[in-house]
Amino acid sequence: MSFLDLDEFLFDLAEQVEIVFSPVASDIKTYPEGVDLCLVEGAVANADNLELALQVRRRTAVVVSFGDCAVTANVPGLRNLITPGGRDSAMAALQRSYLELADSQAQIPVAPGVVPELLPRVLPLHEVIPVDVYLPGCPPSAARIRACLEPMLRGERPRLEGPEMLRFG
Amino acid sequence: MIALPPGSASQLRCCHASGCRSAGGEALLQALQEAARDTGGTLTVKGVGCLRLCGRGPLVAWDGPGGTALFGDLRPAQAGDLVRLASPGDHEERRRDGQGSQAGSQPARGSDPIVPSTDQDTGSAAPGGAEAQPEAAMAALASQRLDLEQPFFALQRPLVLEHCGLIDPDSLDEALERGAYAQLQRCLRELSPEQVRAEIRLSGLRGRGGAGYPTGLKWDTVALQPEGPRYVVCNADEGDPGAFMNRSVLEGDPHRLLEGIAIAAYAVGAERGYIYVRAEYPLAIARMRRALAQARQRGLFGGAPGTASFQFDLEVRVGAGAYVCGEETALLASIQGRRGCPRPRPPFPAQSGLWGAPTLINNVETLATVPVILRMGSEAYAAIGTPTSPGTKVFALSGAVRHTGLVEVPLGTALRTIVETIGGGSLEQPGVPGGGALKAVQTGGPSGGCIPADHLDTPVDYESLRALGAMMGSGGMVVVDTGTPMPLLARHFMAFSVSESCGKCVPCRAGTVQLAALLDRFVEHRAEPADLQRLEQLCAMVRDTSLCGLGQAAPSPVLSTLRWFRAEYESGIAGP
Amino acid sequence: MSVITLSIDGQPVAVPAGSSLLQAVRAAGIRLPTLCHLDGLSPVGACRLCLVQVEGVSRLLPACASEASEGLQVQTDTPELREYRRMAVELFFAEGNHECAYCVANGDCELQDVAVTVGMDHSRFPYRWPNRSVDASHPLFSLDHNRCILCTRCVRVCDEIEAAHVWDVAERGAHCRIIAGLDQPWGEVDACTHCGKCVDVCPTGALFHKADGTAEKHPDRERAQHLRRARDQHEWQHR
Repeated sequence: MSFLDLDEFLFDLAEQVEIVFSPVASDIKTYPEGVDLCLVEGAVANADNLELALQVRRRTAVVVSFGDCAVTANVPGLRNLITPGGRDSAMAALQRSYLELADSQAQIPVAPGVVPELLPRVLPLHEVIPVDVYLPGCPPSAARIRACLEPMLRGERPRLEGPEMLRFG
Repeated sequence: MIALPPGSASQLRCCHASGCRSAGGEALLQALQEAARDTGGTLTVKGVGCLRLCGRGPLVAWDGPGGTALFGDLRPAQAGDLVRLASPGDHEERRRDGQGSQAGSQPARGSDPIVPSTDQDTGSAAPGGAEAQPEAAMAALASQRLDLEQPFFALQRPLVLEHCGLIDPDSLDEALERGAYAQLQRCLRELSPEQVRAEIRLSGLRGRGGAGYPTGLKWDTVALQPEGPRYVVCNADEGDPGAFMNRSVLEGDPHRLLEGIAIAAYAVGAERGYIYVRAEYPLAIARMRRALAQARQRGLFGGAPGTASFQFDLEVRVGAGAYVCGEETALLASIQGRRGCPRPRPPFPAQSGLWGAPTLINNVETLATVPVILRMGSEAYAAIGTPTSPGTKVFALSGAVRHTGLVEVPLGTALRTIVETIGGGSLEQPGVPGGGALKAVQTGGPSGGCIPADHLDTPVDYESLRALGAMMGSGGMVVVDTGTPMPLLARHFMAFSVSESCGKCVPCRAGTVQLAALLDRFVEHRAEPADLQRLEQLCAMVRDTSLCGLGQAAPSPVLSTLRWFRAEYESGIAGP
Repeated sequence: MSVITLSIDGQPVAVPAGSSLLQAVRAAGIRLPTLCHLDGLSPVGACRLCLVQVEGVSRLLPACASEASEGLQVQTDTPELREYRRMAVELFFAEGNHECAYCVANGDCELQDVAVTVGMDHSRFPYRWPNRSVDASHPLFSLDHNRCILCTRCVRVCDEIEAAHVWDVAERGAHCRIIAGLDQPWGEVDACTHCGKCVDVCPTGALFHKADGTAEKHPDRERAQHLRRARDQHEWQHR
């Protein structure tokens, strides 16, 4: 949503880039080869996230960890706090949500191949794949996104400094 | 080394210090005392402090008419045999019996390996022995006899431990007989505080707690502070894994330490002192308290003739089990009843210590050396060891080494002499491929480092060990064999630092946790190539930015093993 | 009042004798990041962010807890110090649960600010995600241990200014936590005067007014200094 706040810059951007993959801005289901830049949003929480992250890394020149969830695991990472007696927060989270808090017919849903399996811990993107550029913020402001993208359109790496560009939250 | 002059009355000295106690020494001592009751007082049995070869405990020394013999691995059931062997009355009886009824059944024997006398048939059984096979019992004892001429004993130079193992630590009289408090009395009568400090300064004594700071300089710094109250603190919070040197002094010769503390107090003008002992040393605490009560009762600290000008009182304070309380500023906070956390220095305790007053803090071994220096004279003491590291040092030798125990040797002794000659080298394990050979020696505990086997010829002194990335520390020496992977060893020490960090500063509190997690990756062979650099960077950060010595030294076991055994870390990196 | 002169990053400064190195650094117009330090409270040198390099001294010194002395040559911004500072801040973020997005102190948090100062765009250390609790037993305030960085400002302000000593530190190492009373729920500690000074000095969202929602905490961090000045120098007006 914050991306849409870029307003008229979106027109400039559209002239210079081709969006080849997006959960919202394109219909393509498979991540293509030879991508120049990818903005990765969100933490790595399940097997599908992990697989896609690895694929993105293999097929992308510059990977940007985009927003606090990708950079710190943030809200999705909250389930990491429920790990009674172990490192696996997945089972603890499922038990809490589907068994302890169930009103009736308590059972943990299992649908292999349909519902992706939760990873034991929700991880920031850079703990799973090497990341080239970090863009913190929840969400990163439009100005910040633009300050990040503009140098890269010129083939340069952005240098984000100061509270306007770097502050978490 | 521990020998009574020939001709003394026969006595058994049974170690009842913590090491031998953990191997059943207390039950053995009781059994010996019970068995000796029937000898009509001809045989004395007493409990003593550490007899050094802890790995063979429980140990008993027998001072017989011809000299001293030492026995190891004893069981309480052998008490009767040992008493019969050592009892002079029995010797006579046996000699007579030997000419009589048992002569026929007793083949003529050559020199008996057990008995340190020329009496050739004392090895035979006593008459009426309850054991079915008295000869077998004596043969067993013979096999448990330890050779006092072997390098482990012969190469030691006991000064700090000179009476440890000889005297009953609970007996003030025995300590006095051996000269305890004589130097204190001499100081009070003949020497000014300045003269005492000069002796210590000239001796070149350096702090035995680990850092090696010149003791005389520290004493002068405290003494020369502006008028006002001063304190003396004995740091007996020995906490390094693999270190038990101080414990042996506390348990084996407490009056020596009290004398050293009192002399220090006189020399710096302190009227009050504390001995800070860790709670994990209950026996040491009990013995120090008893010794202190005895010394007070005899008026040895103030009140005694000729000591009117010297009023000094001492208190034993018990730590609650935090390793960091061995750090001097944390120790002082703990004595003051506060949370045992270090504070930034300066000001140093010598300037501002307990309740803001100048405070002298010395390690147990440092203070226990003081009476020796005064007795020998600073020049004679300085002649021992090396010019920059004079004197002797007690080491606790343990790990994969044949002879484990306490070793006191002159500083500058080659590490090889300590480990291979005195310690007897590593425990070979036939059949274990590559296992058993000596790989490294870890000195200085969780703050120290590993010295690889090919540097064993290094002289053990403060500077040489530091140059190798290790440190003297308080004197723990853990021998590591080829069966131990170095990342595993480093993680072991890091886990110690993680759980012992006081949590005050972030590099130590959180940095050691991250270091331990990184080391896990190497130990479990799942490290990434970049992890090696991360490890080094974080080690440098924790070392350079931690508040106290605990944090600053916590990365040392990693850095030193990285320095000498980098290939083992590289092999912990997972393949592509 | 005697004056000493010293050099900070090559710049000569004069400060009253007895000043800390931190005061000298500030006198030179240089901003050093700090977290545990707060004017008005005794220094503890725990966060290690204000470490500086003094020529001729082998160890790095915490500026807050070191005295300025004549002729010192102080460096505050070497590449090594910059790197160590950033690592320290990353360690703070990784050891607790410091998600800014839904924190009461978001936008008014010293940890958040310091992360910007040191240029931290992510933590190179894996997050530990410790399982910590929240103490909401007090009628006015709450303590969220997840946000606590153990700076002990609350401990000191309560002890040194309010003289109630409600707070202290329990456990050790990574298990350290701030405790109220004898490790009781805060609301059950009679010694607490409900003055709120601890909330005011807290650099993060660990201590907060119950009424505060996300990004609504705006504490008076200079309160300790004002009270100290009022007591020591009888200056009663906020400056």
